[in-house]
Amino acid sequence: MTAGKLRIGYIPLVDAAALIVAVDLGFMAAQNLDVELVREVSWSNVRDKLNIGLFDAAHLLAPVAVASSLGIGHVRVPIIAPFSLGLNGNAITVSPRLFAALESRAEGDITDPHVSALALARVVEDRKSRNAEPLNFGMTFPFSHHNYQLRYWMAAGGIDPDEDVRLVVLPPPYMVESLTNGHVDGFCVGAPWNSVAVDAGIGRILHFGCEIQSRVTEKVFAVREKWAGENPETLAALIRALAAAAAFVETPENLTAVADAIANRLDVTAEIAARALTGNLKVAVDGTVRATDRYLMIGRNGAARPDPVQAAWIYAQIVRWGQAPLSDESLALAQASFRPDLYDAAVGTSPPVGPGEPGDGIGGFIGMPFDPADIAGHLASWRRNKPGKPKLSVVR
Amino acid sequence: MVESRKGSVSASPGSQPQGGQRDSSLKIVIVDESPIRAAILEDGLREAGFTQVQRIAETHNLLVRIYAIDPDVILIDLESPSRDMLEQMFQMSRAVKRPVAMFVDQSDTASIQAAVDAGVSAYIVGGLKKERITSILDLCISRFNAFHRLQTELDQAKDALDERKVIDRAKGVLMKAKKYSEEEAYALLRKTAMNENKKIVDIAQSVLTAAELFK
Repeated sequence: MTAGKLRIGYIPLVDAAALIVAVDLGFMAAQNLDVELVREVSWSNVRDKLNIGLFDAAHLLAPVAVASSLGIGHVRVPIIAPFSLGLNGNAITVSPRLFAALESRAEGDITDPHVSALALARVVEDRKSRNAEPLNFGMTFPFSHHNYQLRYWMAAGGIDPDEDVRLVVLPPPYMVESLTNGHVDGFCVGAPWNSVAVDAGIGRILHFGCEIQSRVTEKVFAVREKWAGENPETLAALIRALAAAAAFVETPENLTAVADAIANRLDVTAEIAARALTGNLKVAVDGTVRATDRYLMIGRNGAARPDPVQAAWIYAQIVRWGQAPLSDESLALAQASFRPDLYDAAVGTSPPVGPGEPGDGIGGFIGMPFDPADIAGHLASWRRNKPGKPKLSVVR
Repeated sequence: MVESRKGSVSASPGSQPQGGQRDSSLKIVIVDESPIRAAILEDGLREAGFTQVQRIAETHNLLVRIYAIDPDVILIDLESPSRDMLEQMFQMSRAVKRPVAMFVDQSDTASIQAAVDAGVSAYIVGGLKKERITSILDLCISRFNAFHRLQTELDQAKDALDERKVIDRAKGVLMKAKKYSEEEAYALLRKTAMNENKKIVDIAQSVLTAAELFK
């Protein structure tokens, strides 16, 4: 069935779990697929090698798939996402010093992202008043939920992420080191890096990504639209293998096998990989644990089925933060890049998403419900509600 | 400076191609964590007449350093995770001249593939014409490939040296145990390897393992 060995690129992160398990625990082989997983060092490499055909498919940041399909920030190559590798999975980690500053300026429960965002705005203001350098935050790529989640959170406190702080792209393996030597004061990244920072005693997990937005597509399984058209049977087999692997990952009895497989590919301990999989994360070096069943969702509650609402949400973030202008054509292109039809054709109709999922499909902690049919209204609401903004402008 | 350059005395003013003269003034930055490869690349570029070449080895404050140098062309090793940091420059066009990835012009897929295969990527800053960086890129590709060959040869030489050591030690074992001369010991290893259709180094390794067991 296949045209030889398939090359699939990935970045060593826990949210590649379904792909890693599919390849290493025999789900690809069960579909008669011969796959070589190729570990990459940068999202730029993954994107370029997928674009020019050196990879048949890739583990990709969902916003990169959308941006690539729109030709934003780079050459336009239509990329489609017929499978969602995971929902959520990020966390915002800050240095102990910034955490102490936030705690001292928080009015309320600091685990509430609105409270922490307002506290951050006060810290930013304090620093301006004494002419201190702006705070630096690391994120992984211009087109990433790490970037968008940091901005969404900061803006909720009245901070302008482009003016009041510095957001810098850092490759995930450099995050912890950059926090250690003070080049950044905090970062937003996926597993296992937040836990690595916590264990090293140089970071404190402030928020899980799912506390910022309850349900966002973090990574997709991406292929070129052209390749999908030319290899429909291979693609369907890939989707089936990934769906079976995702179900395996989400079965609690398989935790050890899954964590071992991930640890083997990522060069971290199985214990650290398991924290992200179970959603029981140590948030501070003193052993404080925070738990959620939404930290990283792979296959569960419809997580594997690509949702065009997610593509629209990503496009809204792209526009909100000035990476592209708003247009109906671009919105349509963005939504068309997520392909539930291909997913359904391969694995059959899925049961409806269970209760407990956000009504608008996203579940942001602040703002009006998201409506993909009214992105202009969504963006306008952010412009209207800028709490604290005038105050900061006066200081500047 | 110009007068002292070799061959320039007899050259008529028009003999130097206009493009070449302009290209020598291009500011080129090499981002590569391998100091040897970066040096090979820099030498190649200098030989080709590019005089303003700078290397950045460390990743810390990469963007700040690139802004300070304000290069026309940035060459980066694809194995460097710092490539993602460079991508941020596309977003921050207000502060600096806007860089463009080599991949923006897809008309030349073959050379892009050759570059990616060799492990190099290029970013062009400002409105630099593609033709002007083609020669730089070609040079990079051949130097990257040359470096790769060099490394392979080095690895092979190291393997060969390791094999020699194993065989020498096995000869020693045989000479001691069977009171063989060096020639006889080697002849036995070779004969056994031929009979068993194996490499001499494998037989030698077996001898060493066995000797270890009998200790």
